[in-house]
Amino acid sequence: MTLFMATLLNGLSLAALYFIVASGFTLIFGLMRVVNLAHGALYLLGGYVGFEVQRATGSWYAAVAAGFAVIAAVGMALQLVLFRHMEGQELRQTLVSLALSIIAADLMLWIWGGDTYQIITPDYLFGAFPVGLPGLPMYPTMRLVTILVAVIVGIALWIFLTRTRLGMIIRAGVDDRDMVQASGIDVHAVFAATFAIGAGLAGLAGVIGGSVLSIAPGEDLRFLLISLIVVIVGGMGSVAGSALGALLIGLAEQFGLAYTPTYGVVYTFLILVAVLALRPQGLLGRA
Amino acid sequence: MARPGLDPRAALALAALIAAPLVLGDFWLVQIFGRALILGLIALGLTLLAGFGGMVSLGQMTVAGVSAYTVAILTTTGTGPALSLPVLPAVVLALILGVAAAGVIGLLAVRTSGIYTIMITLAIAVVFFYFTRQNYPIFNGFDGYAEVRPPAPWGQPAPFYYLCLAVAAAGYLWVARLVASPFGLALQGVRDEPRRLTSLGFDVYRHRIAAYLVAGALASAGGVLLVWFNTRIDPGTVSLGPVIDILVIAVIGGLSHPVGAFVGALAFVLIDNFAVEAIPAARERFNLIIGTFFLLVVLFSPDGLLGIWRRLMRPPQDAG
Repeated sequence: MTLFMATLLNGLSLAALYFIVASGFTLIFGLMRVVNLAHGALYLLGGYVGFEVQRATGSWYAAVAAGFAVIAAVGMALQLVLFRHMEGQELRQTLVSLALSIIAADLMLWIWGGDTYQIITPDYLFGAFPVGLPGLPMYPTMRLVTILVAVIVGIALWIFLTRTRLGMIIRAGVDDRDMVQASGIDVHAVFAATFAIGAGLAGLAGVIGGSVLSIAPGEDLRFLLISLIVVIVGGMGSVAGSALGALLIGLAEQFGLAYTPTYGVVYTFLILVAVLALRPQGLLGRA
Repeated sequence: MARPGLDPRAALALAALIAAPLVLGDFWLVQIFGRALILGLIALGLTLLAGFGGMVSLGQMTVAGVSAYTVAILTTTGTGPALSLPVLPAVVLALILGVAAAGVIGLLAVRTSGIYTIMITLAIAVVFFYFTRQNYPIFNGFDGYAEVRPPAPWGQPAPFYYLCLAVAAAGYLWVARLVASPFGLALQGVRDEPRRLTSLGFDVYRHRIAAYLVAGALASAGGVLLVWFNTRIDPGTVSLGPVIDILVIAVIGGLSHPVGAFVGALAFVLIDNFAVEAIPAARERFNLIIGTFFLLVVLFSPDGLLGIWRRLMRPPQDAG
């Protein structure tokens, strides 16, 4: 029972982190058809930024804010300087983002080396929280916070996409980009804003991930893979789909690792295969 | 448009490559040209898939890895399932399993199209990498397999170089013939106008999967050579770096002609060996250099080095 409960909560908290990363990826893809393969690099950079800010200011909240803001600015710069000039050339944009991820990974390795860092959280988030579940009286507080942050991000995204003008324009753009452009909306400003939000979510996830797990070279690859699989499983461009996909993948990964240690990643693959075979557009994707 | 095939330039290049051991030392033969031929062979499959089929697959190194692991598992003793088969059946089995893996990747990837292919094949490639790293019973985990050597005469530099050259040349001629054949033309039709081809009675999926199988055969052959070249295989061989290197090679060479894969591979290997030495401050910054080079090619010459070459060679009135 203890193993089951712990695995369940581990799966949920991991799924929460996966959702924050993948929602940014799917937002950018849904509107702009840019498969941003630098998304994992943005996650890792967010983690390093959060680490440096926490070390400089001593405030974890400042680290979270900086992780979001700095990476959002980087994302917007990428869109304005590079991707904007290749609109409609999907493959070229993808290749450019791939080149950027190679360059960024090496630059980060140069600056921060191969060490593993952990972002220091406030004392009251450190340690265990009395959850009082059967077989599992205590559970790490920070992991519960991760779930809370994911819920907040999910609700905020939902309100943003359904209740604000920019959000509605983005949803309209996902459905019919040409029509939005034709109705006199400056799509380039919308694209830049969307890229900023999507990248910012990767940065935010980097800080959370750096606090609850750790940041090290290679994490960029792991979270790029997660973003790809979650979005393929959940449905491209669907934020709700990325939540569902993140849940499936997070739980499958943790239960797989807990019960069949050397085959953990196989379950992820099987989910991917099953979805592609039965519903190629993803669980909540539109054909 | 020039029909790809054994034109005089290709014959000249082949003759030069056959004569190369007369003038080149072992380092150049094996570490530069041998490695470029192997990487070019694996990338050649991607040129066929992406350049002629419109499917940018990142699964080529994974297929090569399946074949390389098969040779390693079946011919070495000491680690993992110690089977110690003779080389010939091991190689045949490696080719079969590699092509089968390519077929599986193809079946999964052709269900979706366009930009999704790159995402799905990337996901499969990375899952395979993680699997080889965490699985010990079959793949021997982090350590992989060492001491994987080719049978006696092929271990020497010149014979190994000729082995690579023979396999690569056969692969090149096969692809060059194939893209000019009815199948190749249909494949290019599938790339440009899948709906029209469907309505003309072509089975789009079958053409795509056939292309994956051909690319898989090239990658499998490359994988066998690669494991002999490295004399070992471990998860690092199929990690994201090498997986992407194949795409980088095919793109910087140019996807419009089969020879692009080998041009790109040679450029890649030369950068790997010499650019790093030319810039002392950047001794360990190979990825930075190749990433920047790749970015510049994608930004300024989307048709790669072949495109630059064609623009330089083309007379002003445009002979095209």
